[in-house]
Amino acid sequence: MAAAEGTEEDDAAYIIKEGDCVVLKRGDIFKALKVQLNKKVMFEKQWLFLDKAVGQLYSTAFEVVSGGHLEPHKAKTTEGSADTAEAGADNRNIVDDGKSQKLTRDDIETLKEQGLKGQDIIQQLIDNSSTFRDKTEFSQQKYIKKKKKKYESTITVLKPSCRILAMMYHGREPAKVCHLRHDTLAQMLTLGNIHAGSKVLVFETCSGLVLGAVMERMGGYGSVVQMYPGGEAVRAGVESFGFPPHFHDTLHEFPICHVNALLAGTLNTAPAKEPEADANDPSKAGEEAGQTDEDMGGGGGGGGEGGPEEPKMETSTAAQDKQREWDKLKENRLQEKKVKMEEKRKKLASAAALLEGKNADGLIIASRFHPSLVLLGLIKFLAPSRPFVVYSQYIEPLIECYTKLKDQGGTVNLQLTDSWLRHYQVLPNRTHPVLQMSGGGGYLLTGTTTVNMRNFKAAGAQQADEPPAPKKLKLSGSEG
Amino acid sequence: MSFVEYSERIREGDVVIIYLGHESMMPVKVQAGGKTQTRYGAIRHSTDLIGQSFGSKVTCSKGGWVLVLHPTPELWTVSLPHRTQILYTTDIATITMMLELKPGSVVCESGTGSGSLSHAILRTIAPTGHLHTVEFHQQRAEKVEQEFQEHRVDHLVTVRNQDVCREGFGVAGVADAVFLDIPSPWEAVGHAHTAMKRHGGRLCSFSPCIEQVQRTCEALTERGFHDLSTLEVALRVHGVRSVGLSLPDFGPDAGPDAGETPAPAPVHTSVAIKTTIPPREMTGHTGYLTFATKPRT
Repeated sequence: MAAAEGTEEDDAAYIIKEGDCVVLKRGDIFKALKVQLNKKVMFEKQWLFLDKAVGQLYSTAFEVVSGGHLEPHKAKTTEGSADTAEAGADNRNIVDDGKSQKLTRDDIETLKEQGLKGQDIIQQLIDNSSTFRDKTEFSQQKYIKKKKKKYESTITVLKPSCRILAMMYHGREPAKVCHLRHDTLAQMLTLGNIHAGSKVLVFETCSGLVLGAVMERMGGYGSVVQMYPGGEAVRAGVESFGFPPHFHDTLHEFPICHVNALLAGTLNTAPAKEPEADANDPSKAGEEAGQTDEDMGGGGGGGGEGGPEEPKMETSTAAQDKQREWDKLKENRLQEKKVKMEEKRKKLASAAALLEGKNADGLIIASRFHPSLVLLGLIKFLAPSRPFVVYSQYIEPLIECYTKLKDQGGTVNLQLTDSWLRHYQVLPNRTHPVLQMSGGGGYLLTGTTTVNMRNFKAAGAQQADEPPAPKKLKLSGSEG
Repeated sequence: MSFVEYSERIREGDVVIIYLGHESMMPVKVQAGGKTQTRYGAIRHSTDLIGQSFGSKVTCSKGGWVLVLHPTPELWTVSLPHRTQILYTTDIATITMMLELKPGSVVCESGTGSGSLSHAILRTIAPTGHLHTVEFHQQRAEKVEQEFQEHRVDHLVTVRNQDVCREGFGVAGVADAVFLDIPSPWEAVGHAHTAMKRHGGRLCSFSPCIEQVQRTCEALTERGFHDLSTLEVALRVHGVRSVGLSLPDFGPDAGPDAGETPAPAPVHTSVAIKTTIPPREMTGHTGYLTFATKPRT
């Protein structure tokens, strides 16, 4: 149907460009970075330049050649199949005496220096192995696979996605994402009903991975409010997603230190008045406040030329000039500070406006903070009948969360879970689970808010929250 | 109300989820003058539902009460009428992420079955994506199409009543992702390839049996798919409980200092702790999920 539709223009979106955020992949190892020309990057103990990747299509496999340059990899179709004609029936004649490989480490290094490619080195290894021919066919394949992993340095350049970045973080730097496993993140996004057009609150200390994942699922529709602790919102990981600029218009931020003020209605987000300017520069503020608008243009221009220059003459006019310049500079700095503060105020005001209605559609928490205080504080901003998801690396704080929510009322469908993930090797006659598996990917507490949240009475809320099913009463008794 | 957009209040024609108790929910279509019976008595739609806000408590005719929730694909999954075996949220979440679904994705799915996964896909690809879903059972195809209308997502989906193994998905070169949940997925791998974009995309096949996985993987490799990955994911639920642990009594302390004043009798014979317990039984297997990437062709 639409197969042949505008293929060339379509390609533009799939071409690697300078400045793109990409992910390098070698085997199961990933690394996210920005494509910069003439920049040496380290990946898997190998220095390389991405220059030659520019202009190529995403998902292209490259071979690292001498000088760390990339060269599109041409896969030989008949890899290793030529030599598998001869094979042993079992391993009864194979003795591990450490002598089966005739090539020494030095020999291999020399081959590498001669510029031999991975495939050729592997062929050399096979030719110089006295036991290869006696190995079973399966064992030979396993041998080749193992050597490939070691000597073939094929690197694939991928477009970033939540799937890839989540696997990268969990594989390389789990501590940076509070040991959040990718499948657990998948559960969070689904159980949180994250979708385009909604208003979602995110509190995370996972380097921005969770925030980025939420933004990807919202596709630039709706709004995301990052509730952040401390002085500034941390979200380096969001950059790795390489979102188009308009995605960032949907991202708002609100410092949690203002949550109590906002809930109490005492948060002041009105434009700054003179007294605030006073605080910055008591001597100047009086005259400045009135003429801010006019000064903006002049001050901006003056700052550029006047800043670093040192006056050389000491005549009276020079002194005046110097004084004027100095004043301008000062004014300019003040203006800059004002503009910055105004920006910050606007940001705070826009985030506050989103929160004030207490009608958010979703809440995602994944942090190294104690989840129970965070949850009880932020759940107040959710509309009734909306899902919330709390991730913790540890189960105990989530037990506390669960207990407190049950006591407080205003939520249903509370569930404390974790997910179990197992990978399989699928090969003809050799299918079995992969020998190693992840021991745990963290815990989730999920639930849905109800109208009761608003007007709950601390006492007796628990009983009131459970429908009076005689069967269920017994259960909740043993739970409580 | 729509399955892809939240509303504050219930209106006529909405589908709402009535929460009757833990793990007991049912979907209800709201109609003026309508009445729904529950074990706590009747709910009168005009007075009890229309105009109420989602998440509120509704008192039934016998005096008991229920909660009325806004529908989500996840609540639908646990309350929908089963016409087939369905996919549950744990697998759905994994599928959604591993297929890299997001707003704007074009997805092909077969079979539609009861529409559990379909609703989750629609939620994620809205408002600009599209789902092409193929179901060979005529009644099921018709029923699910009606549900999509009732859930106000019909503008995002095309239902085709045909056999995917013979006739494919009815589209070519448009899909970012393909999902297969059919008895012989290997027979549909070629059609999946045809449906997918020239630039490539992701495929997932769900099969309960390992033999199916084996054959599917062979077909995928043969067709040029790469990055094959087969996995299984299971949800473990931890039940929060207060439990009492008895304390042992070893008799009075007979150490060197314990001569003069006899130690008071131990007051506590047990301590209460908050902990979690696993369910006596859990879902241990649903199916193997096989993922693969279609390269550019």
